[in-house]
Amino acid sequence: MSTQNPADAVQVNSDGTVAQHADHHGHPELTFLQKYIFSTDHKVIGVQFLLTTLLMLLVGGSLALGVRWQLAWPWQSMPFFGQRFAAEGGQISPEFYTMLFTMHATVMIFLVIIPVLAGAFGNFLIPLMIGADDMAFPRLNMLSYWFMWPAIICFGMSMHFGGGPAGGWTSYPLLTALPEAAPGSGVAQTFWLLAVTFIGVSSMMGSVNYLTTIINMRAPGMTLFRMPLTIWGMFITAILQAFALPVLTAAGFMLVFDRGLAGLSGDIHTCFFTPSEIVVNNAAPTVGGGQPLLWQHLFWFYSHPAVYIMLLPAMGMVSDMLATMCRKPIFGYKPMAYSMAAIAGLGFIVWGHHMYTSGMNPALGMTFMTSTIMIALPSAIKTFNWLGTIWGGKIRFNTVTLNCIAFVSLFVVGGLSGLFMAAVPVDIYIHDTYFIVAHFHYVLFGATLFGVFGAIFFWFPKMFGRMMNERLGKLHFFLTFLGANGAFFPMHMLGVAGMPRRYADPYIHPYLEHLMPMNQFMTVSAIVMGLAQLLLIGNWIYSIFWGPKVGRNPWNANGLEWVAPSPPPHGNFEEVPTVYRGPYEYSSPLVEGRDFLPQTEVLAPSASADTDDDH
Amino acid sequence: MSRIFWCLFFTAWPILGIVVSVISPQMNWGFPDNRESATPLGERIDDLFYLILCIVTIAFIGTMVVLAYVLWKASKNEDEKGWFSHGSHNLEVIWTIVPAGILLFIALYQMDVWAIYRVRDYDLKQQNSPRLNNLVAEVIARQFEWRIRYPAPGTVFKSKKQIDDWLAKPQAGDLYTVNHLHVPLNKETLIYLKSGDVQHSFFVPEMRVKQDAIPGQNIDIWFTVNRAGDFDLTCAELCGWGHYKMRGRVTAIEDFSGFLQKLKAEQDFDGISKSAGEIAATGQTQEVTR
Ligand code: HEM
Ligand SMILES: [Cu+2]
Ligand SMILES: [Cu+2]
Repeated sequence: MSTQNPADAVQVNSDGTVAQHADHHGHPELTFLQKYIFSTDHKVIGVQFLLTTLLMLLVGGSLALGVRWQLAWPWQSMPFFGQRFAAEGGQISPEFYTMLFTMHATVMIFLVIIPVLAGAFGNFLIPLMIGADDMAFPRLNMLSYWFMWPAIICFGMSMHFGGGPAGGWTSYPLLTALPEAAPGSGVAQTFWLLAVTFIGVSSMMGSVNYLTTIINMRAPGMTLFRMPLTIWGMFITAILQAFALPVLTAAGFMLVFDRGLAGLSGDIHTCFFTPSEIVVNNAAPTVGGGQPLLWQHLFWFYSHPAVYIMLLPAMGMVSDMLATMCRKPIFGYKPMAYSMAAIAGLGFIVWGHHMYTSGMNPALGMTFMTSTIMIALPSAIKTFNWLGTIWGGKIRFNTVTLNCIAFVSLFVVGGLSGLFMAAVPVDIYIHDTYFIVAHFHYVLFGATLFGVFGAIFFWFPKMFGRMMNERLGKLHFFLTFLGANGAFFPMHMLGVAGMPRRYADPYIHPYLEHLMPMNQFMTVSAIVMGLAQLLLIGNWIYSIFWGPKVGRNPWNANGLEWVAPSPPPHGNFEEVPTVYRGPYEYSSPLVEGRDFLPQTEVLAPSASADTDDDH
Repeated sequence: MSRIFWCLFFTAWPILGIVVSVISPQMNWGFPDNRESATPLGERIDDLFYLILCIVTIAFIGTMVVLAYVLWKASKNEDEKGWFSHGSHNLEVIWTIVPAGILLFIALYQMDVWAIYRVRDYDLKQQNSPRLNNLVAEVIARQFEWRIRYPAPGTVFKSKKQIDDWLAKPQAGDLYTVNHLHVPLNKETLIYLKSGDVQHSFFVPEMRVKQDAIPGQNIDIWFTVNRAGDFDLTCAELCGWGHYKMRGRVTAIEDFSGFLQKLKAEQDFDGISKSAGEIAATGQTQEVTR
């Protein structure tokens, strides 16, 4: 299926000579610790991020299966995990259930999706794709990875002390502001907030690095409009991070202070979010003057842009992979880049759509509705352009392609369900029901995660110089796709049936009783999907050691990363590449006998004059 | 072979998705009890839902058909190379303007439904507005129950200020129930929602009504119930471990003032003047007994 043509892969350099292996970079010998653990090499850091996030994917997935177990067979003791989990007969208690969904979302968002996109692929790809030898600030880059660990440890502490955080990933006060409000609102909540802050610091260090690197370190000839869309995605994401994240960090500190000097003393505290005269669990009434809605505004001011932080890099990577696998230039390169920018811009003025039913000023509801509905437009434009990219191509159905097509078609579902929720009156009904859960799983799992699966297969040869196993890859795709749709599609129906999210036992409500069989079906699908991930991890580890070796350019792709050896040495390129054209000149009539034209290749003057433009 | 398989695969699942959606109502996977909303506003919400559903279905089928087509063509492309095209300006313009028009239509079309739902308390500010006496009750959400307070039977509110005073503190003669709210049938109803502790959300699926209860705020909710009967009341905002069990009931009855009288009699009952049997006979209990 996947054409491997190492012969083609012997790359032609910018000066037309065939690259020679030469250790002319003169990097000093590094100890094992410097090379693989505290490395400042962006590629090693990228792989470290990837390994960590894959591990966290398993953690988050197990938490999700706990949630699904309870929804399918409430109060029944859980197999396997039962003994380890909640003390009483392996049952999931309501507090424990609250912890499960809170930590599932937290792990998936903060420890999987965000770091796998920016941390793993951003790190690995940015210098390679723009022709730089490393990030602008390698040491900062290393720190950004190592700040993940305090966060992971704090999340772990949060799960183990005080019964686990109880506020959901959105952490709305007062539930999270008053330690008496729930068992998990004590230390657990403080650790949770601390962990989110650490993750924020990690992301922030990444963002400034990516921005600086992309702005300053592009190879000669790599103009902005010759950058691969992956880089556009990473660039815009970094801007979003840099501007939105401080707000979350500030809000987090405000909440920590509200909770009483970092949770140490309840007597000395602020009241940003706490109104007066509130009595929780017979505690003393609050003094106050604060406003709980303030948290929602601050939180969503970050977290709406964050959902695009969790998508734009994947959109970019899928564009690159689709063009390569369809052997076609990307359809509408500039509209693609502009619509990402539009999504990012609009993304800053739609946060109120999470608050339609919150009781904020109704006039705001209308404003946010209009901007939210309009954000579907750039999303639609991107979808049409992906379809255009496949149109007339010569497609190769390998694992990469399959995951990318899944990305496009599931993103359509998630984008369209967004329209229901964007409409304020309809959202009155479906807000905080399973419809919302369906929506964000279609965009986050259906789109982003399938994009990431594709990317893992696509760039694996560059990371390790070997291919991943195609058969296992396809099987993983097949099971994951069926499992995902089986688990997430019925959520739309549950939502329309009015099933609220975050319910430990929906069936005590008579109008939901009949939905149990459907929930059982969803849980079975989820288990299939969860097990399928073992195929991915197994394939990944197996291929690192035993996958077939490949040359520099196994996919016959155009980007700069394919000019470097696989895996690239410290310093990446033998010599600084020079860029002559955009990355999508597949099937160009200018070259005979092959359907790709690398960015670095020099053509005869007459011919190159025609392509030396930006489309 | 495998290319045919994958083309069929990506064609088949959207079809399956649509089939599942189409049979949903028969399978009772749709709106609660597979019925229309119990409020006129809810009917408008349902109409909007179906309107968006139509638009979205057309868009979904359209994109999926195109996807299946381009996949099929691209998979059996026999040419030496793919089609060398960087896009089409005209197509970009078309697929920007057409969806933009549709989206703008969706956005503008629903403004008035939202206005009817949320922008109502402005005429409470006028003296003697007839709406002042649509006030039925105050609902206080707490971990994990709904506390309901009705004004004493016969109370007449002449200004918003009087309502605010009533909301500010309990009055002699107020009537109380827990987890069971009665509202008049076919009459515009105003309730005020408060939170006693953390955030909650007042959600009555069969009425398509949802409103968060924010600590420190009195939020007005307006609705008209036009179907007699009981409706499930649930909490839609995470409020702690017992979030799922904040179960309540809303009952719409014709004779609402009769209900208040009975409730008053029950509440005033001192254990002597009337026999317990008589009260039981009124059929009013405060617990959720279902
Ligand atoms: C077509 C564009 C989109 C529209 C119109 C849209 C609209 C919305 C709306 C209105 C909500 C709030 C619903 C509610 O809570 O009542 C929402 C929630 C959400 N959306 Fe989207 N969305 C879009 C795309 C995306 C994308 C691309 C992502 C992520 C990659 C995303 C992730 C989420 C998440 C995670 C939530 C739920 C957050 C929570 O309450 O826990 N959305 N979306
Ligand atoms: Cu949002
Ligand atoms: Cu609740």
